[in-house]
Amino acid sequence: MISINHYLVLSLALFTIGVIGVVTRRNVIIILMSIELILNAVNINLVAFSRLYGSVNGQIFSIFIITDAAAEAAVGLGIIIAFFRNRETVLGDEMDLLKG
Amino acid sequence: MADTILFYFFGGLAVLSAILVVTRRNAVHSAVFLVTALLATAGLFLQLRAEFLFIVQVILYVGGIMVLFIFVIMLVNLDVAMRQAQFNRAWYVWGLLAVAMGAQVYVVFHYARMQTSASFFNQAVAPVEQLEPNTQLVGQALFSTYMLPFEIASILLLVAMIGAVVMAKKRV
Repeated sequence: MISINHYLVLSLALFTIGVIGVVTRRNVIIILMSIELILNAVNINLVAFSRLYGSVNGQIFSIFIITDAAAEAAVGLGIIIAFFRNRETVLGDEMDLLKG
Repeated sequence: MADTILFYFFGGLAVLSAILVVTRRNAVHSAVFLVTALLATAGLFLQLRAEFLFIVQVILYVGGIMVLFIFVIMLVNLDVAMRQAQFNRAWYVWGLLAVAMGAQVYVVFHYARMQTSASFFNQAVAPVEQLEPNTQLVGQALFSTYMLPFEIASILLLVAMIGAVVMAKKRV
């Protein structure tokens, strides 16, 4: 029998993998992909609790999170293109234009 | 029984492809494994009988956001970045910190399971009849209780669209 604890642990595993990707990778495109993984892990939790309590609210919230993910991906990839045009790099630790 | 098998299949697939997303050198490979991870999550949504979210996940994430990622990977020249180091200098420190964070949350789950009455965390996530015409219920909630957040989300998307266009333009 699959309990709510199974979904919590699976979602925690996906979240942790996403955080590891964000803090260790240098390529900004892969950092954005890891952020998508994190948002996805949150969605699993929300849908599991929505099913547990028999209420549709969790699924609505998860739709809003998907909307946010789309907006964030569009703006983030726009920033990457603008940055690549200026500096010819996509590596996160070379982004130091504000360092003066 | 079928629920258990589907959960472990899709969950294992999601975790495996997530690990491959953060470890591959080639960004295109990462994108392909991200598609697998997102599709496995969509399978989990279907296993939870959230049909509307399943199709939203497939169309919006796999069909929309991933196409955006592939386009940017094609526009940006990744050959130089691919030949350089893929991880930060002190990546093991940051990775260890992230794993410590995950372990911390897991310990909290564990103790919460010990402290609270054992039934809560072992409640079965079984299909209930209350959520049955799923798409209909989601639509009714979106257009009654969540009318204002829905409209605000549309404004957010408009602003993000304009922002992305302005940001990626040649001369501002």
